[in-house]
Order: sequence, then structure tokens, then C-alpha cells
Amino acid sequence: MMTSVRAIPVFEVFYDEHKHEVLAFLRKRVGTDRADDLFQETFLRALRAYGRLDHGHHLRAWVLTIASRVIVDAFRREGTPAEQLPELAAPEPEAPFESITEMTEQLPPTERAAVVMRYGLDLDYDQIARVLDSSQDAARQATSSGVRRLRRERTSR
Amino acid sequence: MTIPADLDRRFRDAASQLALVDVSYDVLETEIGPLLAAVTDHGLAFLSFDAHPDERLETIARIAGPRVLRTGRGVDGVRQELDEYFGGRRTAFDLSLDLRGLPTFTVSVLGELAKVPFGHTATYRELAERVGNPNASRAVGTVMNRNRIPIVLPCHRIVGTGGSLVGYAGGLELKERLLRLEGAIL
Repeated sequence: MMTSVRAIPVFEVFYDEHKHEVLAFLRKRVGTDRADDLFQETFLRALRAYGRLDHGHHLRAWVLTIASRVIVDAFRREGTPAEQLPELAAPEPEAPFESITEMTEQLPPTERAAVVMRYGLDLDYDQIARVLDSSQDAARQATSSGVRRLRRERTSR
Repeated sequence: MTIPADLDRRFRDAASQLALVDVSYDVLETEIGPLLAAVTDHGLAFLSFDAHPDERLETIARIAGPRVLRTGRGVDGVRQELDEYFGGRRTAFDLSLDLRGLPTFTVSVLGELAKVPFGHTATYRELAERVGNPNASRAVGTVMNRNRIPIVLPCHRIVGTGGSLVGYAGGLELKERLLRLEGAIL
């Protein structure tokens, strides 16, 4: 199956499309004053990485992930304990399912399905195994290798 | 929700200052109206009479990189030299130019064009002769018509045999105005 690769828009277009949502995302989590500093840091990081993007897919999820990391780094610099960090997992108002569907698009089909069912739909391994028509062990394995692959992709970016 | 203007400006300034931008562009308010200037790390890539040249920005992005950002800071040098030119305090530009992506013939014609001095004109045929191809007047005309960097590369100084103005991407009226500013016509 061929999927067309979406071209990378010029940065100005990307920035214009996402700046409002990024600022709202940051403000909701760290308050207006601090959000302003982190806004600049988010887009400077995005700009640093922008020349290395391979395609223009999932740019919204990508920039919100950067914003999340910028928040975590800011708290870390101040020595805030991890358990006091604001909730960052799913950029609102998007449902977790939609977000994880985007995030996992590069995974092999079985791993992707397993990860989406486990973390997007919150199914247990018995249910996932039935959908995949496999054993529970295989379902567990597909999920964890999908997660490992996602981690590797992220750290290599 | 809108982005506070100073937040937006601070980001753009920081991006430019940190040299994270492949193509900086901005609209310059000049004597002859708004001009859009785009600058890469090689130099001025285009000046446009059209204030919304999305296609051109995409063309430059394919050559210079996708990090295209509107930032006043990045085009300060161009702004200053154009102000001086229109204010009658500059007769030659010291800007470096980004001519990447242009065919060899175009580059050699533009190279000869750049040598036509302030206050003078040359004909299409003369320019063709100077690139060693006297029969290429028509091709020279096409190069003038597609000149990415008008004013700085002075295609307004190229006229027909007998002095007729022939044509100009920014309009004949503007061509005449530039030549008058330079004292090339009365």
C-alpha cells in the first residue's frame, strides 16, 4: 500500500498553524507568566529540529510533544519532584486515542494495533490477544516492542 | 486566543539572533510601496513587488531549507541599503546575492546586468553581446522579466534599442520612476 508523503510546510506556515494551540497548552499547565518563556523555548527547539524532519505528518503531535518536554525540563531545572509535575500525557482537547493513533503511525501494523489498544483504548492483554488472534504473550510482546520502538524513534530525533 | 504581539516578536528575534533561520523575509515599506525581501545565509534571494509570494518562498525553501520565518531583523541590511538608495544616498549595492538554482545563462546575464551603473542604461542587445551571444536579445529579455532581485539587479536599466522602456515586472511607470530617480532620464 502506498501512502503519500506530506511535504514539510515552510516553518512560518507551521508556526502560524500551531502557535495558538501551543500557547494555550502551556498556559493551561504552567500558568500565563511561565508559559510565555516556555513558548519561545518550544518553538526554538522546533526550529532547531525542523531542518531534519523527513515529512510533514503529525506536526501537531510533534510540537505538543516538544512543549511537554520543555515543561518537564523547566521543572527539572527547578528540582520539582516528578510526582508534582503537571499532567502531560495527552494534549487536550484531543482524546488519548486520537493522539496515540498519530504517534504510532510509523510502527509495524501489529505493534501499532497493540499499542493503540493498550494505551489508547485501555484494553487488557486478553482482549488485545483476541483482536489480534494471537496469544496473550504475543500481544504483550507486540505492545512492548512497539513502545520500545517509539522510544528509540523519539530519542533519535 | 491570540498570541501577544511582543511574545511573537521575541520569538522571531531570538530565532534570527541564534541563526536558526534558513530564509528570513519581511515586507519593507519603501518609497515605491511595499517590497518583500527574502534573505538566506548566501545573501538576498529575492525582492518581490508581490507582498504574498508563497510560491517563491517555497522555491527558495527547496534550495535553502524549510526554516522560513518572517523576521525584520534578518532583512535589516537590505532595508538599510534600499532606504539609502531611495533617499539618493546610495548608487551601488553592497549586498551579497543568493542566485542558487538559476541556470548558467541566467547567472551570466545577471552578472553583466549588475555592471550596468547607476544613472546609465543599456539595451537588451548590448547585454546579449556582453555575454557573448549577440542574437540572444529575446532570451535576455526573458531573464530580465524573471529577475528575482529587481532594483538591486537593475533590470530597470535595460531598455529597447532607441530607448523605449519595453517592459517591467513592476510596471512601466515604476521603471520610468527608477530611471528618473537615477537621473538616467529626465
